[in-house]
Amino acid sequence: MNFLVGLIFSAIVAIVVLLVPWIGVGVLHLYTIFGIVVPYLAILIFLIGMILRVIDWGRSPVPFRIPTTAGQQWSFPWIKHSWIENPKDSKGVIVRMALEVLCFRSLFRNVRLEYRRIENLPKVAFEWEKWLWMAAIAFHYSFLVIFLRHFRFFTNPIPSFVKIIEKLDGFFQAGVLPIPGLTIPEVYITDLLLLAAVTYLLLRRLYIPQVRYVSLPSDYFPLFLILGIGTTGVLMRYFLRVDVTKVKELAFGLFKFHPHVPDGIGTIFFIHLFFVCTLIAYIPFSKICHMAGIFLSPTRNLSNNSRFKRHINPWDNKPAWEYPGMVHTYEEYEEEFRDVMIEAGIPVEKMPEKKEEEKPEQEQ
Amino acid sequence: MRPKNVPEPEELSKIDHKPPLFESWMDKKPEFKPGFYCYGAKAKNIAAVGMPNPRDWSPTDEDWKLPENWKEIFLNGMKERLEKYRSFKLFMDICVRCGACADKCHYFIGSGDPKNMPVLRAELLRSVYRKYFTTGGKLFGKLAGARELTFDVLKEIWYYLYQCSECRRCSLFCPYGIDTAEITILGRELTNLLGLNTDWIQASVANCYRTGNHIGLQPHAYKDMIEFLCDECEEVTGIRPQPQFNKKGAEILFVTPSGDVFADPGTYTCMGYLLLFHYLQEEYGFDITWSTYASEGGNFGYFTSHEMAKRLHAKIYMEAKRLGVKWILGGECGHMWRLLNQYIDTFNGPPDYLEEPVSPITGTKFEHAKGHKIVHIVEFTADLIRHNKLKLDPSRNDHLVLTFHDSCNPARGMGFFEEPRYVIKSVCRNFYEMPSNTIREQTFCCGSGAGLNAGENMELRMRGGLPRANAVKYVHEKYGVNMMACICAIDRAALPVLMQYWVPEVDITGVHELVGNALVFKNEKKRTTDLRGNPFVGAEEEQGDAV
Ligand code: SF4
Ligand code: SF4
Repeated sequence: MNFLVGLIFSAIVAIVVLLVPWIGVGVLHLYTIFGIVVPYLAILIFLIGMILRVIDWGRSPVPFRIPTTAGQQWSFPWIKHSWIENPKDSKGVIVRMALEVLCFRSLFRNVRLEYRRIENLPKVAFEWEKWLWMAAIAFHYSFLVIFLRHFRFFTNPIPSFVKIIEKLDGFFQAGVLPIPGLTIPEVYITDLLLLAAVTYLLLRRLYIPQVRYVSLPSDYFPLFLILGIGTTGVLMRYFLRVDVTKVKELAFGLFKFHPHVPDGIGTIFFIHLFFVCTLIAYIPFSKICHMAGIFLSPTRNLSNNSRFKRHINPWDNKPAWEYPGMVHTYEEYEEEFRDVMIEAGIPVEKMPEKKEEEKPEQEQ
Repeated sequence: MRPKNVPEPEELSKIDHKPPLFESWMDKKPEFKPGFYCYGAKAKNIAAVGMPNPRDWSPTDEDWKLPENWKEIFLNGMKERLEKYRSFKLFMDICVRCGACADKCHYFIGSGDPKNMPVLRAELLRSVYRKYFTTGGKLFGKLAGARELTFDVLKEIWYYLYQCSECRRCSLFCPYGIDTAEITILGRELTNLLGLNTDWIQASVANCYRTGNHIGLQPHAYKDMIEFLCDECEEVTGIRPQPQFNKKGAEILFVTPSGDVFADPGTYTCMGYLLLFHYLQEEYGFDITWSTYASEGGNFGYFTSHEMAKRLHAKIYMEAKRLGVKWILGGECGHMWRLLNQYIDTFNGPPDYLEEPVSPITGTKFEHAKGHKIVHIVEFTADLIRHNKLKLDPSRNDHLVLTFHDSCNPARGMGFFEEPRYVIKSVCRNFYEMPSNTIREQTFCCGSGAGLNAGENMELRMRGGLPRANAVKYVHEKYGVNMMACICAIDRAALPVLMQYWVPEVDITGVHELVGNALVFKNEKKRTTDLRGNPFVGAEEEQGDAV
């Protein structure tokens, strides 16, 4: 299965995701199903799936303390301890994790291999490469902002933080597009950023040979879903306007568990919603569950304290010599080598009976 | 001495890092290239430690003589480990194949083989995981990245698990901290359920088990070797160290990798230890003992399975207990120190029969080691120097222009960066760092770690060591560096060959060799050479030149 197969397969699935609500609502008018059943179902799958997943991970214990140490250990007072990159206690771990989760610390380290041959001899160099980090930051934060902006549909009155976010988000673009005759609402910068970032992530998957080589359909598919969500969202907001009050009525009903679907919401909305639901329901079964997994990652969330604080392995808490036959004991060792040991003047525990004459110098 | 059976650097360096456009890695059959893998474990060495499926076999054999139900054993083993190791389970699930780790692995950089990208190395196992342990994989097969565990897949997994040196460089760059070394360690455990170790590892394991050290030196031979090094010390310095062996009631037990005892240039490091201990004994009544039973700090079990690692390293605590020492001093070794830091107390602790380590000379409490009760000799020496307890003449290392190689395990499995630099800078005057993305936590492997330090896989080693060698070459050309220090016995065995191949002008030393050079004894003879017999600067021309 080369990358084309993967790409085409996931594209087909994404197209199906597009067509299902289009036909379901546009042709068959299954409003209740696509407006009420699907969203509830998706949330349910997401919640249950995610909880099960985390429980499942949590059920496997952490037998050893294996943080990846990325800075100086804590040792002498006169050596500067790198307390975040090599934490010795939970304070350090919390800061380390915060940097990891909020700033993508590790990804920030990224560099790109630049391999050349000069006069037939190799030269290994590393070039600046922060694009992936930037795209990841742009993508995740835009997603977050857009997610928060959507609170305006679920709340009444709209909380002030949502309004502030909207203000800030729209601020930069306000008035940039005053094309006469076209009434375009404020453009949200995150809409553009999200689409740009996802497009970049998709293109780099195809463009960078190593990444292309390892990519699976499950790598393209979420990108297509997000592209679908973004595109339909943008279409709705700027071009194929839907009745926002009615959308809000629907969302509000769902939120308050009094769901009903008002008439006259455009099909495009249901397509958007279906993309969102598919993504949400897909998360627990896919690599997107990394959003929860990162918190459990033992190379990041453990402190490097095993030299002064005992870490207990729940399924094996006894030293090796307390199990039968696991170690080669000193007694067995001496039994085998006693003669040569004595000859070499190495102290032994047990002198052989016959040779007590030539007792070598021993102990203290 | 250039390694044999390896193409010339000009040839070898033609590396293409771009995988073919339309190739599918899942369908590509493994191809065992000579020079990339080690011999299969011999029956007697597998049987010696009671591990499964002892028989002689070779990786190139058609028939690996596996048990009838090998698939079941492998999959059950996988299931068991998924339930026992959160790391394993999580790392099987959360990789997003972003590729950030791809070009960070020295084996990929040096070979261009896409399956040496950490992400793909892990995917080999992950594809099997998906097939048997996830719904998506069961339903959609290859489309979900899932593969049947066939004999070919097993062979491929084996081939690439034994091309990973468990260096953890990839884990540093992964946004989720996925540690391919951890996957390799657990993957190798699975191969060992089927008796599929390499003999280089398995023979060392068997030797460690029986004789206490990996080359199988029996107690008298071990002592002889050290006595021989004492002769050498005497020749150079006029001082003869008086090491003690298996001494009950000594204050401290010393454990170092046995490589230091028998193989150049580790032996010079060993001479450094001997001289240091002797100095401390004379000046301060230091009381330390070597052990022939716990005569290996290195742990070849770790390249086999967690259990085997636990079994072998148990000897250190058992011996400390038997001898009744207060605490343990550990020599310069890489993976040994990752184990001592992250595993030993969990494996075989708590060592409550020992005392919290205190330097008998400076009174410094080694707070940070109060749990496992083992101090790194470089920490110990750094503390001595800090308290002015050693008379040192750094000019005796003036013939050397140093750089320092951070060994992977103390770097990314401990965070041991400043202590060795402090000691080096105290005993040498010419020191230059390699470029920042090749040292400290970003350090590059020697290319021979985790049991890959054999002779038959030389090409792999020379390829894997390329990024390290390249950085050495850079400081050699820029600053005239002619010696690289390290604190790892595998490094001391592997790097000289690597240097011979890529940068022959540079040689390898342990840190305590440099200490041994610089250490000034009260009653030493006039010293004109370093521990290797190389003349000090100014010493070769005694023709009236002011020194
Ligand atoms: S960096 Fe981590 S997430 Fe990205 S491909 Fe490598 S292992 Fe997977
Ligand atoms: S642990 Fe080291 S050798 Fe193994 S895959 Fe990662 S970078 Fe490569």
